[in-house]
Amino acid sequence: MSWNHRHLLDIQSLSAEDILTVLDTARAFKAVGERAIKKVPALRGKTVVNLFVEPSTRTRISFELAAQRLTADVINFSAEVSSLKKGETLKDTARNLEALNADIIVMRHSAAGAPHFLARFLKSSVVNAGDGAHEHPTQALLDLFTIRERKQTIAGLKVTILGDILYSRVARSNIWGLLKLGAQVTLCGPATLVPPVFRQLGCRVTYDLEEAIAEAEIINLLRIQHERQRQTMFPSIGEYTSLFGLTQGRLARTRPDVLIMHPGPINRGVEIDSEIADCGRSVILEQVTNGLAVRMAVLFLVNGGKGPQEIAA
Amino acid sequence: MSNATLLLSATGIQRTLARMAQEIAERNDNGTEVVLVGVQRGGIHLADRLSRMLADIWGHPVPNGRLDVNMHRDDLNRQMPPEVHATVIPFDVTGRAVVLVDDVLFSGRTTRAALDALNDFGRPKRVQLAVLVDRGLRELPITPDFVGKAITTRPDDHVEVRLKEDGGEDAVYLRHA
Repeated sequence: MSWNHRHLLDIQSLSAEDILTVLDTARAFKAVGERAIKKVPALRGKTVVNLFVEPSTRTRISFELAAQRLTADVINFSAEVSSLKKGETLKDTARNLEALNADIIVMRHSAAGAPHFLARFLKSSVVNAGDGAHEHPTQALLDLFTIRERKQTIAGLKVTILGDILYSRVARSNIWGLLKLGAQVTLCGPATLVPPVFRQLGCRVTYDLEEAIAEAEIINLLRIQHERQRQTMFPSIGEYTSLFGLTQGRLARTRPDVLIMHPGPINRGVEIDSEIADCGRSVILEQVTNGLAVRMAVLFLVNGGKGPQEIAA
Repeated sequence: MSNATLLLSATGIQRTLARMAQEIAERNDNGTEVVLVGVQRGGIHLADRLSRMLADIWGHPVPNGRLDVNMHRDDLNRQMPPEVHATVIPFDVTGRAVVLVDDVLFSGRTTRAALDALNDFGRPKRVQLAVLVDRGLRELPITPDFVGKAITTRPDDHVEVRLKEDGGEDAVYLRHA
């Protein structure tokens, strides 16, 4: 048990023990979701603000439900309808939320480092729900939770992350988390989207799909982030699918116990064959269930992690 | 183990639990409605042992669950986040006589949280409290129904319950600060 953080900003700055603390805590919160009464009073009287400057549905809903199941009050704040559109700076928006005594601010932003910026001056806890192409820590934690639940341990596992690595915050957070817990990480995709510089982190990089998935125990598929690409990074969707899509034929040449993961939303027929998304080896919907438990654990932990000076009081 | 006094030896714990099981059986003449719920972490092994003893007395199995109260604590704002463990109650508590089992009763705040947590699993017919050691110094109006050993302590004393199930000896020590 180790947790002494007021914020969750990224996976890069967490220790392996921190990560395992979140996963262990999430296990208890997952059980809460399986009861008739799916609610505990752990955050009673606390206010959680979902500050989504970049639109998101699934992550926001997951955080919203997580906060509600902890009995916190939740406010959803999205950029399209907010004062940010009227010219208010992010800093002023955040200060206004703090003036309403928000205890935890969950933020998604298109700029990398935006949550770190808020954390520097806010007294509230800040949870990063995705910042640009930088990190998406709760997605990595829920992926690690799902892997550990299915495979018991993460150390030594062969994990292949397939697709758009360059623009993917999910990939970055997963890489940090998997490496810290001792997995062997292989990255694969079009050369334009999988820069060899990732080798410096300790990943294996290959552009040969068959080789990347042959021995993999986990295949984590990533969606092509059209919205983040400033130029076309590959000739066509059709070519991407034919070279890097996970088809039934390719799946037949993988290990029988391989787990197929995807952070969603999935594009059936692009990065994954429709049948594979629904097959027994796919844990895509388990990831959604586990995401709720992991976000409950994160909100619970950042709320308590006030640092030693407050514990003494 | 400086300043440590032995409160209960291994045989002392065994005899005390046997007596508590008898008392639970006396107070609950209908054994089929009794279920035991150990409070994480100190109560779970004691609930296991009491459940086996009661099964011998009544001649039928006595269901046994475990409850983690950390999501229901009243001091979550005042401390580091506590370690949360599994809550496993593989039976319906509605209409049953639930005996909550804990190792040490002190302020009563854990019991208060346990009652709240239990409430989410149904509506028991009644709830009783069994503790191996009652060290006094209650901060809430909570009284145990079954007590292994009652002692007087100072607030900064420490009562340490060691059980074989955790790897080691069966013993209860009182340590003075």
